[in-house]
Amino acid sequence: MLQVEHLHVNYGAISAIKGISFTVPERSIVTLIGANGAGKTTTLRTISGLVKAESGKILFKGKDITSTPPHQIVSLGISQSPEGRMIFPELTVLENLKMGAYRRKDTKGIQEDMEYCFTVFPRLKERIKQAGGTLSGGEQQMLAIARALMSKPSLLLLDEPSLGIAPLLVKLIFEKIVEINRDLGTTMLLVEQNAAMALNIAHHAYVLETGEITLEGNARDLAQNEEVQKAYLGM
Amino acid sequence: MEEFLQQVINGLSLGAIYALIALGYTMIYGVLRFINFAHGDVFMVGAYIGFFIYPLLSESLETGYLTAFAVLLAAMLGCGLLGVTIEFLAYRPLRNRPKLTVLITAIGVSLFLEYTGQIDFVFGADYKTYPTLVERSAVLSGSGLSLGSDQVIVFVVAIGLMLLLRVIVMKTKIGIAMRALSMNLSAASLMGINTNRVISFTFFIGSALAGAGATLYAISYPKINPLMGVLPGLKAFVAAVLGGIGNIPGAVFGSFFIGTAETMTAGYISPTFRDAIVFGILILILIFKPSGLLGKGGVEKV
Ligand SMILES: Nc1ncnc2c1ncn2[C@@H]1O[C@H](COP(=O)(O)OP(=O)(O)OP(=O)(O)O)[C@@H](O)[C@H]1O
Ligand SMILES: [Mg+2]
Repeated sequence: MLQVEHLHVNYGAISAIKGISFTVPERSIVTLIGANGAGKTTTLRTISGLVKAESGKILFKGKDITSTPPHQIVSLGISQSPEGRMIFPELTVLENLKMGAYRRKDTKGIQEDMEYCFTVFPRLKERIKQAGGTLSGGEQQMLAIARALMSKPSLLLLDEPSLGIAPLLVKLIFEKIVEINRDLGTTMLLVEQNAAMALNIAHHAYVLETGEITLEGNARDLAQNEEVQKAYLGM
Repeated sequence: MEEFLQQVINGLSLGAIYALIALGYTMIYGVLRFINFAHGDVFMVGAYIGFFIYPLLSESLETGYLTAFAVLLAAMLGCGLLGVTIEFLAYRPLRNRPKLTVLITAIGVSLFLEYTGQIDFVFGADYKTYPTLVERSAVLSGSGLSLGSDQVIVFVVAIGLMLLLRVIVMKTKIGIAMRALSMNLSAASLMGINTNRVISFTFFIGSALAGAGATLYAISYPKINPLMGVLPGLKAFVAAVLGGIGNIPGAVFGSFFIGTAETMTAGYISPTFRDAIVFGILILILIFKPSGLLGKGGVEKV
């Protein structure tokens, strides 16, 4: 579904991504794990078109989307729940969700998808009229995921959904990610520092270190890998 | 007491015009985080659109009020398109440049409009007399208080447009997108919002309101010239800062405040201080509450 080939991304003179390649097969959950500053967010922002690639290719369903503007990438079927959640603080929960469906015209489909989001995250339904900025961190993360789902994506990019959230809620949110992947068949690319959680739900994993992929493999195998255990799982 | 009430009426009607200009400053700041210093000159062009189009319209349209309404719409449409064009040609190519670059460009656009306007075959540097769109008559007189028909029209049109703006911004999809964009540009892009299109829309609405403001201003003060936008533009800018730049209700509140302060000063102190008081308020606001009276703090320096 998604193929990234020899991608390079620079910020001015700083080279943040140095020629990475990876693939995300249809219906799978693939995770990209790595430490602070490894380039995980940069990778997702480049896929979404917010950051320009220096060289390399991003193919989505076989189509080259490397220099497609962000709003068209959403139309093609890629949406993102960004790092730090980026909820619109002064819009209500409902308005945030409607913004997620900005490019859609099928009122009925939008309504159905919203109902689906509310069955996955019932807390959002209770807070539908509340301003996004007044939600708790965990609730905002739920909203960020639900909002990204509202565009009916075939590929969902998730940037650190565990960031700054209590462990119990992190567990819940990861369960929901698996549930969405199972219910809707949405392909997921999950970026995480919390490697243990990510490797637990992903099918395939890549390890990113200062802009380069150093390891890859089946998520279960990687979780057994000694280097990974030492560097990312704190064993 | 009557004199005081009279000053309030005059101040509010002046403030209503400032509000139509200030809204453009504040909305454009909301989406692009810079002050469009050419906004006062877009306002000026609005007055000239009315000046030139009135003779054409008054021939074909029967009644005076219909003509006045058509002139208003033409000024709004013309200014809206001018604002969109300025953004597209001058500001969009600088989207990722430092804000100071864009700010200086805005000053350049402002000077361009002012000095192009003064060329003889454009508008000419001399004062022109704006057509009488509505006959001035006293709606309320006696008891020492006067309210002119022009003032009534200012209130009705300005408040009507503000309510319309409120509906657009709060209820329509593109209005909500505009607010989303002003809260977080990246997140708005990730929603699939075409940010350039929303920015154009914002320039259109903001500039069209300035065009309406110009029409109302010229009805009240019918001497127009290519530099007429400078002072009202600056005062509306002060009003927007007073209310908290980027804050839509704040701009309206600030404008009524500035309009009233100005007429009170002219009436009770001396007409020579009417401009000074506005800039005095700006200095006080910048010293004591730079985020404005209704602002939330954390204003960036530009
Ligand atoms: N806007 C920017 N300008 C300059 N450098 C940047 C910018 N954004 C990121 N970088 C640099 O690029 C590198 C990769 O950053 P990135 O945010 O992609 O890392 P990350 O893996 O997401 O880290 P974290 O886990 O902390 O979120 C870092 O060295 C960072 O300092
Ligand atoms: Mg990151």
